[in-house]
Amino acid sequence: MFFVQYMVNIGRNQYFEMNKMEEKKIRILMAKPGLDGHDRGIKIVSRALRDAGMEVIYTGLHQTPQQIVEAAVKEDVDALGLSILSGAHTTLFPMIMELLKEKRVDIIVFAGGIIPDEDVPDLKNIKIAEIFGPGTNTEDIVKFIKENVGKTC
Amino acid sequence: MDFAEEKLKKIGIRTKEWESTTLKKVIEKVPECKPTFTTISGIPIKRVYTPTDIAKMDYAEDLGFPGEFPYIRNIYPTGYRGRIWTMRQYAGFGSARETNARYRFLLSQGQTGLSVAFDLPTQLGYDSDDIHALGEVGKVGVSINSLVDMEILFDHIPLDKVSTSMTINAPAAVLLAMYILIGEKQNVSADKLTGTLQNDLFKEYIARGNFIFPPKPSIRITADILEYCQEFMPKWNSISISGYHMREAGANASQELAFTLASGMGYVESALQRKLNIDDFAPRLSFFFNSHNDFFEEISKFRAARRIWARIMKEKYGAKNPASWMLRFHTQTAGSSLTAAQPENNIVRTTIQALAAVLGGTQSLHTNSMDEAYALPTEKAVCISLRTQQVIAYESGVINTIDPLAGSYFIETLTNELEERAMKYIGTIESFGSGEWKMLSGMIKGIETGFFQREIADASYMNQKEVERKERVVVGVNQFTQDEKKPIETLKIDEAVQKQQIANLKKLRLKRDKKKVEETLNELKKVAQGEGNLMYPIMECVKCYATVGEICNVLRSIYGEYREKPIF
Repeated sequence: MFFVQYMVNIGRNQYFEMNKMEEKKIRILMAKPGLDGHDRGIKIVSRALRDAGMEVIYTGLHQTPQQIVEAAVKEDVDALGLSILSGAHTTLFPMIMELLKEKRVDIIVFAGGIIPDEDVPDLKNIKIAEIFGPGTNTEDIVKFIKENVGKTC
Repeated sequence: MDFAEEKLKKIGIRTKEWESTTLKKVIEKVPECKPTFTTISGIPIKRVYTPTDIAKMDYAEDLGFPGEFPYIRNIYPTGYRGRIWTMRQYAGFGSARETNARYRFLLSQGQTGLSVAFDLPTQLGYDSDDIHALGEVGKVGVSINSLVDMEILFDHIPLDKVSTSMTINAPAAVLLAMYILIGEKQNVSADKLTGTLQNDLFKEYIARGNFIFPPKPSIRITADILEYCQEFMPKWNSISISGYHMREAGANASQELAFTLASGMGYVESALQRKLNIDDFAPRLSFFFNSHNDFFEEISKFRAARRIWARIMKEKYGAKNPASWMLRFHTQTAGSSLTAAQPENNIVRTTIQALAAVLGGTQSLHTNSMDEAYALPTEKAVCISLRTQQVIAYESGVINTIDPLAGSYFIETLTNELEERAMKYIGTIESFGSGEWKMLSGMIKGIETGFFQREIADASYMNQKEVERKERVVVGVNQFTQDEKKPIETLKIDEAVQKQQIANLKKLRLKRDKKKVEETLNELKKVAQGEGNLMYPIMECVKCYATVGEICNVLRSIYGEYREKPIF
């Protein structure tokens, strides 16, 4: 636990430099908050990120915001990907972002699923870095992660 | 197929001639667009089909007549000439009151059956005030906590006239009990109720993800329901064995076909294991398929499904009643084929998919709406998708004859090919099994080892990569794109629904007979620990207004909760 705290507290930039030195792989937690069982998208993205050389942990279905944030801390990830297709994103995404802030976990968060256009500005306001809707090319997501991990948001 | 040997030989010779003359000349000048052509599921397709492709078929044995074994032509001798399919739009959102209004609108617009979408907390056995329900109440369906909500949902809807399909699985017994009690309140006894309970847990573990308990107790509850319905609900479909969600999760057509029929065999064996008579329960089994983009492949899939099921039921399980041989199915067009880009194009996709379902002989149909890559559909969008079915039914003329594509060299070949691929998968699943009931144990083994999940994840990823490499065109997404994006009107779910439902629950808990609720829940616990049929104690719980969450929590305390092994 001390180790985890340390990693989180030294700040992302510095940590990323260390990563590069050790050529550590980018670690990503992919998570399904809420109750919906639509995991086709998140599984595809998880596999694409893995194929691109990243270390991917996928939580499986039915995760609470608390479980996800705990997992992000425990797994010491560089980025967190969220997927909701039920419409619960308006409630659960803000909760997750709030919990991350509380725990001072400063990582890139990106999301996908069935998300109406008009909800996107609100989600970006709470610092979700990008929303990838249906039809997104997985290469765009890989590129986004490579370009953004390590930058604090 | 019933062609003279001599004639087939001639056709073979003529085919070679055609290839070396007419075809060769053109292909040398203008080559074909791709080196190989396949269905969307990867089945190779030849340039042209002739009688030689179906030479081994026997008309009487392999095709036959509508309403007769092996039912490939249709399960009814009159097809849609006697009765058009049931137009059944899956709907539900927000509170019971709002959904009731949508149902009454749909019925007034000529829809002929209801299909209830429950919200996720209901589907996962949580009350609206449960911590897990946060943000989910009323979102993807209607929120039902107790019999009170169900009374409102079916207010002014006569259950003796309208058939209802309920997409409910893990807590299926609870919602069925509620429906029966609503019927009683309307003076419609259980034996007169018509409709369908989805009640299919295999596909929840494989693809849909709305499971609560581990596979074994889940299958026990399913079999309890089959047994109960066989006794009291002769017109009710006690299960809807679903391939739809497997396809949505990325399975291809032959996987959808095989895994669905294998599930069906698993359920048959779960009932046989209880010494139920096959001809007593099998006529009430129903199926649910996806209709995807590949027009001919889908039509062939539906035809193959009917023939395989008829043969399995008759030959493998020894069913004697023809009603046990008939595969009756509902179809929904492919939600996963809808695109967020240029949403109006989805109307066209849905039309083609709906037409495939009709040419494949579906008993009922849901057509998706154009805006579903964004949100639940608006009333306007739903109306267009219902009209799509009506245009097919009343204007296109496709209903005039039964199984109109039968005898097409291509369709019959593709039907045979899908049957062959499905049977191979079924054999694999059976090989996982052990003991007397190999399909039942094979299905459970396949789920526990992640066989199905891996097969589907692989197919889904392959499809995605094909789209990204532009080997598969998705109009408006990887070709024919437009830069400007027009905003689309979407349905908004009132966030106040959750608050309202929590307040209602509070009121209910004060009002109802607390002692009776406790007693019935205790009785349920006892039966769940033993081997009795759970439907009886659940009926008693529901009657005194125990909630979905309370009932499911009792079962959770006995059976535990299932955690999937994520495979990607």
